Amino acid sequence: MALNLDHLGKVYPAGPAYEVGREKIREFAIAIGDMNPAYHDVEHARSLGHRDVIAPPTFAFVVSMRAAAVAMFDPGLGLDYSRVVHGEQRFAYARPVTAGDSLVVVTTIENIRVAAGNDILTTRADISTVDGEPVVTAWSVTVARGTGGESA
Amino acid sequence: MSASVAWADVEVGTELPALTVRLQRVNLVMYAGASGDFNPIHWNQRFAQSVGLPDVIAHGMLTMASAGRVVTDWVGDPGAVVEYGVRFTRPVVVPDDDRGATVEITAVVAEKRDDDLVRVDVTAVFDGATVLGRAQAVVRLA
Repeated sequence: MALNLDHLGKVYPAGPAYEVGREKIREFAIAIGDMNPAYHDVEHARSLGHRDVIAPPTFAFVVSMRAAAVAMFDPGLGLDYSRVVHGEQRFAYARPVTAGDSLVVVTTIENIRVAAGNDILTTRADISTVDGEPVVTAWSVTVARGTGGESA
Repeated sequence: MSASVAWADVEVGTELPALTVRLQRVNLVMYAGASGDFNPIHWNQRFAQSVGLPDVIAHGMLTMASAGRVVTDWVGDPGAVVEYGVRFTRPVVVPDDDRGATVEITAVVAEKRDDDLVRVDVTAVFDGATVLGRAQAVVRLA
Protein backbone atom coordinates (compact mmCIF):
# COMPACT_ATOMS: atom_id res chain seq x y z
CA MET A 1 0.00 0.00 0.00
CA ALA A 2 1.33 3.40 -0.91
CA LEU A 3 1.70 6.08 1.69
CA ASN A 4 -0.98 8.71 1.95
CA LEU A 5 0.49 11.83 0.34
CA ASP A 6 -2.06 13.98 2.15
CA HIS A 7 0.10 13.51 5.24
CA LEU A 8 3.06 15.36 3.73
CA GLY A 9 3.81 18.24 6.09
CA LYS A 10 1.63 16.87 8.87
CA VAL A 11 2.84 17.98 12.30
CA TYR A 12 2.47 15.81 15.38
CA PRO A 13 2.51 18.02 18.49
CA ALA A 14 4.72 17.34 21.48
CA GLY A 15 3.66 14.69 23.97
CA PRO A 16 4.83 14.42 27.57
CA ALA A 17 8.38 15.60 28.29
CA TYR A 18 11.33 13.20 28.21
CA GLU A 19 13.30 13.65 31.44
CA VAL A 20 17.01 13.07 30.76
CA GLY A 21 18.70 11.42 33.74
CA ARG A 22 22.37 10.84 34.53
CA GLU A 23 21.97 7.10 34.99
CA LYS A 24 20.09 6.73 31.69
CA ILE A 25 22.93 8.53 29.92
CA ARG A 26 25.49 6.28 31.60
CA GLU A 27 23.48 3.15 30.76
CA PHE A 28 23.23 4.22 27.12
CA ALA A 29 26.94 5.07 26.91
CA ILE A 30 27.89 1.69 28.37
CA ALA A 31 25.55 -0.03 25.90
CA ILE A 32 27.40 1.58 22.98
CA GLY A 33 30.75 0.73 24.58
CA ASP A 34 31.70 4.38 25.08
CA MET A 35 33.53 5.31 28.28
CA ASN A 36 34.14 8.96 27.34
CA PRO A 37 34.15 10.68 30.76
CA ALA A 38 31.88 13.46 29.46
CA TYR A 39 29.05 10.86 29.63
CA HIS A 40 29.96 9.42 33.01
CA ASP A 41 31.73 11.96 35.23
CA VAL A 42 29.87 15.12 36.23
CA GLU A 43 33.02 17.00 37.21
CA HIS A 44 34.71 16.16 33.92
CA ALA A 45 31.64 17.28 31.97
CA ARG A 46 31.62 20.57 33.90
CA SER A 47 35.32 21.06 33.19
CA LEU A 48 34.36 21.01 29.49
CA GLY A 49 31.76 23.70 30.10
CA HIS A 50 28.65 21.52 30.29
CA ARG A 51 26.04 21.88 33.03
CA ASP A 52 26.09 18.13 33.80
CA VAL A 53 27.01 14.88 32.04
CA ILE A 54 26.09 15.03 28.38
CA ALA A 55 24.59 12.26 26.25
CA PRO A 56 26.30 10.60 23.27
CA PRO A 57 25.25 12.28 20.01
CA THR A 58 23.00 9.42 18.92
CA PHE A 59 21.10 9.39 22.23
CA ALA A 60 18.85 12.02 20.66
CA PHE A 61 17.28 9.17 18.68
CA VAL A 62 16.04 7.60 21.91
CA VAL A 63 14.28 10.87 22.69
CA SER A 64 12.79 11.24 19.21
CA MET A 65 11.85 7.59 18.72
CA ARG A 66 8.69 7.59 20.80
CA ALA A 67 7.45 10.73 19.10
CA ALA A 68 8.29 9.36 15.65
CA ALA A 69 6.35 6.20 16.49
CA VAL A 70 3.20 8.29 16.75
CA ALA A 71 3.71 9.32 13.13
CA MET A 72 4.79 5.89 11.90
CA PHE A 73 1.76 4.22 13.51
CA ASP A 74 -0.64 6.94 12.33
CA PRO A 75 -3.28 4.73 10.66
CA GLY A 76 -4.02 7.47 8.13
CA LEU A 77 -0.44 7.43 6.90
CA GLY A 78 -0.54 3.79 5.81
CA LEU A 79 3.02 2.74 6.61
CA ASP A 80 3.49 -1.04 6.68
CA TYR A 81 5.55 -1.26 9.85
CA SER A 82 6.27 -4.98 9.39
CA ARG A 83 8.43 -4.13 6.35
CA VAL A 84 10.23 -1.13 7.77
CA VAL A 85 13.99 -0.62 7.82
CA HIS A 86 15.94 2.42 8.98
CA GLY A 87 17.40 3.98 5.84
CA GLU A 88 19.13 7.10 7.05
CA GLN A 89 19.61 9.16 10.19
CA ARG A 90 20.91 12.67 10.66
CA PHE A 91 21.23 15.04 13.61
CA ALA A 92 21.97 18.77 13.88
CA TYR A 93 22.81 19.94 17.39
CA ALA A 94 22.31 23.36 18.94
CA ARG A 95 23.95 21.86 22.02
CA PRO A 96 24.39 18.36 23.47
CA VAL A 97 21.52 16.67 25.29
CA THR A 98 22.42 17.12 28.97
CA ALA A 99 21.33 15.38 32.17
CA GLY A 100 18.52 17.35 33.76
CA ASP A 101 16.96 18.35 30.44
CA SER A 102 13.19 18.09 30.07
CA LEU A 103 12.76 17.59 26.34
CA VAL A 104 9.74 17.73 24.09
CA VAL A 105 9.58 16.60 20.48
CA VAL A 106 7.52 17.98 17.62
CA THR A 107 7.49 15.56 14.68
CA THR A 108 6.86 16.64 11.10
CA ILE A 109 6.42 14.44 8.04
CA GLU A 110 8.93 16.18 5.82
CA ASN A 111 8.89 13.96 2.76
CA ILE A 112 7.02 11.01 1.29
CA ARG A 113 8.19 9.33 -1.87
CA VAL A 114 8.31 6.03 -3.69
CA ALA A 115 11.52 4.68 -5.17
CA ALA A 116 12.16 1.23 -6.64
CA GLY A 117 8.82 0.08 -5.27
CA ASN A 118 9.63 1.12 -1.71
CA ASP A 119 7.74 3.66 0.37
CA ILE A 120 10.22 6.18 1.75
CA LEU A 121 9.24 8.43 4.64
CA THR A 122 11.32 11.28 6.05
CA THR A 123 10.38 12.58 9.48
CA ARG A 124 11.93 15.57 11.23
CA ALA A 125 11.96 15.67 15.02
CA ASP A 126 12.50 19.10 16.52
CA ILE A 127 13.72 18.48 20.05
CA SER A 128 13.66 21.39 22.48
CA THR A 129 13.46 21.95 26.21
CA VAL A 130 10.04 22.49 27.74
CA ASP A 131 11.09 26.15 28.00
CA GLY A 132 11.48 26.35 24.22
CA GLU A 133 15.28 26.20 23.89
CA PRO A 134 16.17 24.28 20.70
CA VAL A 135 18.52 21.36 21.42
CA VAL A 136 18.69 19.02 18.44
CA THR A 137 16.90 18.32 15.17
CA ALA A 138 16.79 14.69 14.05
CA TRP A 139 15.88 13.51 10.54
CA SER A 140 14.95 9.87 10.07
CA VAL A 141 14.42 8.15 6.74
CA THR A 142 12.26 5.06 7.05
CA VAL A 143 11.91 2.61 4.16
CA ALA A 144 9.03 0.16 3.86
CA ARG A 145 10.32 -2.45 1.45
CA GLY A 146 8.26 -3.43 -1.56
CA THR A 147 5.10 -1.58 -0.56
CA GLY A 148 5.19 1.43 -2.86
CA GLY A 149 2.70 1.98 -5.65
CA GLU A 150 3.54 2.24 -9.33
CA SER A 151 3.93 6.01 -9.44
CA ALA A 152 5.87 8.35 -7.18
CA MET B 1 32.50 23.17 24.53
CA SER B 2 36.20 22.55 24.52
CA ALA B 3 37.55 20.31 21.81
CA SER B 4 41.07 19.03 22.42
CA VAL B 5 42.03 19.38 18.75
CA ALA B 6 42.83 22.80 17.26
CA TRP B 7 41.35 23.77 13.90
CA ALA B 8 44.71 25.22 12.88
CA ASP B 9 46.42 21.87 13.47
CA VAL B 10 44.36 19.82 11.01
CA GLU B 11 44.33 19.74 7.24
CA VAL B 12 42.07 18.16 4.66
CA GLY B 13 43.31 14.58 4.60
CA THR B 14 44.24 14.43 8.30
CA GLU B 15 43.40 10.90 9.47
CA LEU B 16 41.77 10.32 12.82
CA PRO B 17 42.94 7.41 15.00
CA ALA B 18 41.14 4.31 13.72
CA LEU B 19 38.87 2.20 15.88
CA THR B 20 37.93 -1.48 15.90
CA VAL B 21 34.54 -2.29 17.42
CA ARG B 22 33.44 -5.81 18.22
CA LEU B 23 29.70 -6.38 18.49
CA GLN B 24 28.47 -9.54 20.13
CA ARG B 25 24.94 -10.65 20.93
CA VAL B 26 25.24 -9.25 24.45
CA ASN B 27 25.94 -5.81 22.99
CA LEU B 28 22.74 -5.99 20.95
CA VAL B 29 20.77 -6.99 24.03
CA MET B 30 22.32 -4.12 26.01
CA TYR B 31 21.56 -1.66 23.22
CA ALA B 32 17.97 -2.90 22.94
CA GLY B 33 17.47 -2.30 26.65
CA ALA B 34 19.20 1.06 26.78
CA SER B 35 17.54 2.44 23.65
CA GLY B 36 14.11 0.87 23.99
CA ASP B 37 14.33 -0.62 20.49
CA PHE B 38 13.19 -4.22 21.01
CA ASN B 39 12.67 -5.12 17.35
CA PRO B 40 13.24 -8.92 17.39
CA ILE B 41 15.48 -8.79 14.28
CA HIS B 42 18.15 -7.59 16.72
CA TRP B 43 17.96 -10.47 19.21
CA ASN B 44 15.84 -13.32 17.87
CA GLN B 45 17.55 -15.46 15.23
CA ARG B 46 14.36 -17.40 14.47
CA PHE B 47 12.50 -14.17 13.76
CA ALA B 48 15.36 -12.57 11.83
CA GLN B 49 15.60 -15.56 9.50
CA SER B 50 11.83 -15.66 9.06
CA VAL B 51 12.00 -12.18 7.48
CA GLY B 52 14.84 -13.13 5.15
CA LEU B 53 17.90 -12.01 7.09
CA PRO B 54 20.91 -14.34 7.37
CA ASP B 55 20.92 -13.97 11.16
CA VAL B 56 20.36 -11.40 13.89
CA ILE B 57 21.60 -7.95 12.79
CA ALA B 58 22.88 -5.03 14.85
CA HIS B 59 20.68 -1.98 15.33
CA GLY B 60 21.65 0.57 12.71
CA MET B 61 21.75 3.13 15.50
CA LEU B 62 24.27 0.99 17.40
CA THR B 63 26.50 0.91 14.33
CA MET B 64 26.04 4.67 13.96
CA ALA B 65 26.91 5.22 17.63
CA SER B 66 29.99 2.98 17.37
CA ALA B 67 31.20 4.75 14.24
CA GLY B 68 30.66 8.15 15.84
CA ARG B 69 33.08 7.24 18.59
CA VAL B 70 35.99 7.61 16.13
CA VAL B 71 35.09 11.31 16.05
CA THR B 72 34.27 11.90 19.72
CA ASP B 73 37.37 10.00 20.91
CA TRP B 74 39.46 12.28 18.69
CA VAL B 75 37.87 15.56 19.68
CA GLY B 76 37.60 14.71 23.39
CA ASP B 77 34.43 16.70 24.06
CA PRO B 78 31.46 15.02 22.33
CA GLY B 79 29.63 18.32 22.72
CA ALA B 80 31.80 19.62 19.87
CA VAL B 81 29.78 17.55 17.38
CA VAL B 82 27.50 19.95 15.49
CA GLU B 83 26.07 17.53 12.92
CA TYR B 84 26.20 13.79 12.41
CA GLY B 85 24.47 11.75 9.73
CA VAL B 86 24.67 8.34 8.06
CA ARG B 87 22.89 6.14 5.56
CA PHE B 88 22.43 2.51 6.54
CA THR B 89 23.56 0.63 3.46
CA ARG B 90 24.28 -2.92 4.70
CA PRO B 91 23.40 -4.79 7.87
CA VAL B 92 26.01 -5.89 10.41
CA VAL B 93 25.23 -9.56 10.94
CA VAL B 94 26.02 -10.74 14.47
CA PRO B 95 26.39 -14.54 14.83
CA ASP B 96 25.77 -16.41 18.06
CA ASP B 97 29.41 -17.21 18.78
CA ASP B 98 32.26 -15.92 20.93
CA ARG B 99 33.64 -13.59 18.26
CA GLY B 100 30.60 -11.64 17.11
CA ALA B 101 31.01 -9.07 14.35
CA THR B 102 34.05 -6.84 13.92
CA VAL B 103 33.56 -3.37 12.46
CA GLU B 104 36.62 -1.38 11.40
CA ILE B 105 36.11 2.37 11.63
CA THR B 106 38.31 4.99 10.02
CA ALA B 107 37.82 8.69 9.48
CA VAL B 108 39.46 11.59 7.69
CA VAL B 109 39.09 15.36 7.72
CA ALA B 110 37.33 16.04 4.41
CA GLU B 111 36.70 19.78 4.57
CA LYS B 112 37.71 22.80 6.65
CA ARG B 113 35.02 25.44 7.14
CA ASP B 114 34.80 28.83 8.80
CA ASP B 115 34.06 29.17 12.52
CA ASP B 116 36.55 26.43 13.50
CA LEU B 117 34.37 23.77 11.85
CA VAL B 118 35.58 20.69 10.01
CA ARG B 119 33.69 17.96 8.19
CA VAL B 120 34.90 14.48 8.99
CA ASP B 121 34.03 11.57 6.69
CA VAL B 122 33.67 8.22 8.46
CA THR B 123 34.04 4.75 6.95
CA ALA B 124 32.73 1.63 8.70
CA VAL B 125 33.70 -1.74 7.21
CA PHE B 126 32.22 -5.09 8.18
CA ASP B 127 33.00 -8.34 6.40
CA GLY B 128 34.93 -6.55 3.67
CA ALA B 129 32.24 -4.03 2.74
CA THR B 130 31.12 -0.62 3.99
CA VAL B 131 27.96 -0.65 6.09
CA LEU B 132 27.36 3.10 6.27
CA GLY B 133 27.00 5.51 3.38
CA ARG B 134 27.73 9.22 3.42
CA ALA B 135 28.70 9.03 7.09
CA GLN B 136 29.71 12.57 7.96
CA ALA B 137 30.18 14.59 11.12
CA VAL B 138 30.66 18.32 11.43
CA VAL B 139 32.74 19.18 14.47
CA ARG B 140 33.73 22.50 16.06
CA LEU B 141 37.42 22.38 16.92
CA ALA B 142 39.32 24.58 19.33
